[in-house]
Amino acid sequence: MSAPPPFRFSARNEAEVQRILARYPEGRQASAILPLLWLAQYQMREETGSAWLPRSAIEHVADRLGVPRIRALEVATFYTMFNLKPVGRFHVQVCGTTPCWLRGSDEVFRACLVRGLRKGETTPDGLFTLSEVECLGACANAPVAQINDDTYEDLDFVAMGRILDELAAGRTPPPGSQIGRQASCPDGGPTTLKDLVA
Amino acid sequence: MLADLDRIFTNLYGFRPWRLEAARARGDWVDTRALLDLGPDRIVEIVKDSGLRGRGGAGFPTGTKWGFMPKNPTPERPNFLIVNADESEPGSCKDREIIRHEPHKLLEGTLLAGFAIRARAAYIYIRGEYVREAQVLEQAVAEAYAAGLLGRNACGSGFDFDVFVHRGAGAYICGEESALIESLEGKKGQPRLKPPFPANVGLWGCPTTVNNVESIAVVPAILRRGADWFASIGRPGNTGTKLFQISGHVNRPCVVEEAMGIPFRQLIEEHCGGVRGGWGNLLAVIPGGSSVPLVPAHEIIDAPLDFDSLKALKSGLGTAAVIVMDRSTDIVKAIARISYFYKHESCGQCTPCREGTGWMWRVMERLVTGDAEPHEIDLLLEVTTQVEGHTICALGDAAAWPIQGLIRHFRPEIERRIARRRGFVSVPEALPQAAE
Repeated sequence: MSAPPPFRFSARNEAEVQRILARYPEGRQASAILPLLWLAQYQMREETGSAWLPRSAIEHVADRLGVPRIRALEVATFYTMFNLKPVGRFHVQVCGTTPCWLRGSDEVFRACLVRGLRKGETTPDGLFTLSEVECLGACANAPVAQINDDTYEDLDFVAMGRILDELAAGRTPPPGSQIGRQASCPDGGPTTLKDLVA
Repeated sequence: MLADLDRIFTNLYGFRPWRLEAARARGDWVDTRALLDLGPDRIVEIVKDSGLRGRGGAGFPTGTKWGFMPKNPTPERPNFLIVNADESEPGSCKDREIIRHEPHKLLEGTLLAGFAIRARAAYIYIRGEYVREAQVLEQAVAEAYAAGLLGRNACGSGFDFDVFVHRGAGAYICGEESALIESLEGKKGQPRLKPPFPANVGLWGCPTTVNNVESIAVVPAILRRGADWFASIGRPGNTGTKLFQISGHVNRPCVVEEAMGIPFRQLIEEHCGGVRGGWGNLLAVIPGGSSVPLVPAHEIIDAPLDFDSLKALKSGLGTAAVIVMDRSTDIVKAIARISYFYKHESCGQCTPCREGTGWMWRVMERLVTGDAEPHEIDLLLEVTTQVEGHTICALGDAAAWPIQGLIRHFRPEIERRIARRRGFVSVPEALPQAAE
């Protein structure tokens, strides 16, 4: 097996790199490490179906910014959203922190488990990687899971199972509340500013 | 209940579009020029008079913080504003609603705050998990630039001001202002020793103010309606409206804007449909996000929710993330999961926190099952006091306080578990474990 080709930004992303660099003052390009690592991880997802950062992508970002490679590696390993090994086409990140746990995140994990998703592992078909994550910042809609770029909220065993089945069948279930409420409005309708929604 | 006319966030749930046109119809960006014409010093004064205290958790007076910034910045060493949108405290989910449903309120506030502290530009640091929210914010920024509200000669005022969105990548610690600055400089998010404070040496060595999203987003309303209006809501020292985020065992969890100091019972009755199973079923409440100590039911039920009232209960308002727990809750496990959170999020810089969070979590896990010696409760308490106050930032404190709150109020429950466990099985001596 030959080694994978070294990572390079695509022509389209090269334009994005320039746009990102323009946000920071001259001589402060190191600030673009996080945005460029993000861009590289998204490009990997587009090209390979797996959102992760191979060593060559991290080094390429460092070289582009003129920072020591070790510093980019340090950053890539510090922030948990950068995946340092391949993940499934759908990265299922279920929150297990207390507010979600109080509302039944154990049941959300169980719905994953009965479909063969185990914490920290990728399914053999390469479709799903399951991670337990710390607070996703949607606690009034707990329990929640983030799947790639979208948040699925107000979950339970049945809803999580349905979402995973839909994804496996090649469909995209609508993100947001799974009990049909608007954002973090109380279920059943707002208690404030009722005239505005009439 | 707070009167609808006094609400600042009229599109909190996104029933209406977030776009510029709709935002203008709600009163955002309406004659912002007139507010800028007040001048920086007058704006700082009004915000001081309003009594606004920072909404990110610490509750430091916003106007006072602005007053620390140099009044004569140079082009070589400009002032910067950073909007802290790294909302990551378990229980907190208010800034998300502002960003995705009221982004123009935030951007107008960013311009006004940036003008007040004589900043050249603002960076809005948004947590990496808020992918869609960051997309909305980027589009809102583009709209504001296209309409001449931001950028060169913002709002026709002659003031040049840029706003950039910068995404984090999954590190709770970057909500700490100096860790955020490190992160924005392209480094690991490890807090800096203070002093110097960011107002002297911040982003790229320049004077910097870091403010929470909600603190910034209420500024336009304060300037339009006056310091007296804002100060008339709540009580002295604890003024204004506040976004409360109620999670856990209530019938209808939600985010809602209320008057600072609303009693807990009223908040839950009027907006959340009561406690699951009724008021007799309430066990305890974490009133300000995971880092503040829990308060048992009988102490919280009629307590006003504001900075000073909750401090008097040895807890805190924090971000007003109210986590409600009913009698079905395994309270030791609930706090143990919070201990795991802090172990996971410790940046590893200071030894007491790096080693202490893991050590405390492992003891907490054993207390869940009662697999411990009775004296270990006091030992754990002692260790929390050795972590607390002995680290560069407050993460060590945040890891210590929930455990202290648990032992303060639920010690008999912990002792019961240990006694039960010892009554039925022999307890092997705990083996020392290496730190993470």
